[in-house]
Amino acid sequence: MFKYIVKRLFLIPPMLMGISLIALLAMHLTPGDPASMRYGLNPEVSGSARAHLKELYGLDKPVIVQYGGWLKRIVTLDFGDSFIDDRPVIEKIKERLPATLILQISALILIFSIALPIGVMSAVKQNSFFDKATTFLVFVGFATPTFWLALLLMRFFGFQLEWLPISGMSPWYAQDYSLPHRILDLLWHLILPLFTLAFTGLAGISRYTRYSMLEVIRQDYIRTARAKGLKENKIIYHHALKNALLPVITILGLTLPALIGGSFIFETIFAWPGMGRLMYTAILQYDYPVVMGVGIISVFLTLTGILISDILYAVVDPRIRYE
Amino acid sequence: MNKKKRDWRKRYAFVGLSVIIVMFAAAIFAGFITAYSPNETNLAPEAKLQPPSREHLLGTDDLGRDVFSRMVYGARISLSVGFVAVIISVVIGVVLGAISGYYGGWVDILIMRVVEIVMCFPRIFLILMFLAFLGPSIITVMVIIGVTGWTGLARLVRAEFLSLKERDYVQAARALGASDFRIIFRHILPNALSPVYVSAILGVGGAILIESALSFLGLGVQIPMASWGNILTSGMHYIESAWWLMLFPGLAILITVLSYNILGEALRDLLDPRLKGYGQK
Repeated sequence: MFKYIVKRLFLIPPMLMGISLIALLAMHLTPGDPASMRYGLNPEVSGSARAHLKELYGLDKPVIVQYGGWLKRIVTLDFGDSFIDDRPVIEKIKERLPATLILQISALILIFSIALPIGVMSAVKQNSFFDKATTFLVFVGFATPTFWLALLLMRFFGFQLEWLPISGMSPWYAQDYSLPHRILDLLWHLILPLFTLAFTGLAGISRYTRYSMLEVIRQDYIRTARAKGLKENKIIYHHALKNALLPVITILGLTLPALIGGSFIFETIFAWPGMGRLMYTAILQYDYPVVMGVGIISVFLTLTGILISDILYAVVDPRIRYE
Repeated sequence: MNKKKRDWRKRYAFVGLSVIIVMFAAAIFAGFITAYSPNETNLAPEAKLQPPSREHLLGTDDLGRDVFSRMVYGARISLSVGFVAVIISVVIGVVLGAISGYYGGWVDILIMRVVEIVMCFPRIFLILMFLAFLGPSIITVMVIIGVTGWTGLARLVRAEFLSLKERDYVQAARALGASDFRIIFRHILPNALSPVYVSAILGVGGAILIESALSFLGLGVQIPMASWGNILTSGMHYIESAWWLMLFPGLAILITVLSYNILGEALRDLLDPRLKGYGQK
């Protein structure tokens, strides 16, 4: 087990090298010719920001030097200072990270607590009305522009019914609230962004659970359990479910990039003060160090998530030895 | 899959394809089916933000422009972005996947590591990093969505090549002295194409969703050029009053993406005998 984790960790340095290369490539798209700036919202601002960036990251030095410097920055998480308020980028990200993590982690919990039962149910009652209805919903779910869903929910629950707050995390007066009150207030503001973010992962995970469950149900040991005369409930929830959940753990790792990407859109729509929103304002203000910083941190979050799901998989499945 | 199921799959594929064709036809003949220019503004108070009526089928927006016209012209943008982006992804994915699977060895290891690294970037953040430097425009959006979407395809094509390159007909072609290039593109690739079609069609839906999200946030297609995403932006500004600005572009995106997905899934079942009865076991 320990050996496997160490082995897995050794894969990270080459990953970092590749990631820094791609990031460097992005920065080299800052060309000097005016034609490419034509599309910038304000060519003058974007032009001077580009020059500033060149200086900060030494983009006029030989490529090898640039690469070394950039790799060092990534490893030490030093992305320079923001062009807008001259504060270190990493400070700004640290401020925003908790809000993003709250949203992400609660979305993950919500996705799994809804998607798993749905997947299991539709596999057990295959071809039933329930199965067909969820299959249909999954199809629609995959095709729904989630930012549009966010708008619809905002209009219905926020404006029409006035049940839920439509944006922000905590209003200024929340400072005076007691702790339980503050937590309630946080949850209150969390409902809409959380629901829309969870929606992005729901369709995939429930589909996958169903698929994996269908595979397991046809195995010999399930037939054996049935032949022994075990109750159906015991067979499904004790014998089948455990095995069906194993592959779902890997899907967790694969869903993360989409989920973290989704945070960009929903944090912007709901004015949720997280990393995604920071990225949005940074792009509009040509705050390139922040753009690069948030981009790299989003990769780190994904990498961590994939690592955790890989290790989890090795822990729960004794058949996997990874020699 | 029995005949009855196959017939149903064919019906689904037909429905999906028909909707897509209608959408394309509307986009191409936009000038004939719309009564107003998409950018014709009318700032008179009685012309702005009008609900759907006989004159303006889908109402008017905050500048008095006809929403139906903007939607039809916007279809040009959304449909072509999806199409072009996926072609870019397919070309990159097929070439890299084919090289990786055919040659194996260190070339394979190198390409697959690159795929893994690119997959670690949440796609939208990768797109944003590039977009921040290049500036938003329809061309950039197409290209960036294309060059960030090839990883799954490369893996798929590689897996196909790994099994196909051992076949007898490949040995035969090699014995006849065919070049690697010829073996890859003339002999193996045609046999590896059906999963590529399926995942390309499914990819168009994904590309349209990304483009609309970017345009919605003002980072994609720039106003005054209409796209479904940026019509929704004004829908958000008038979220309380003008429901038609918000409802119709979203529905258009939903229906288009759904049609692509239905077509793709149905084709997967019809084209790929190994996935017989996929999801229906």
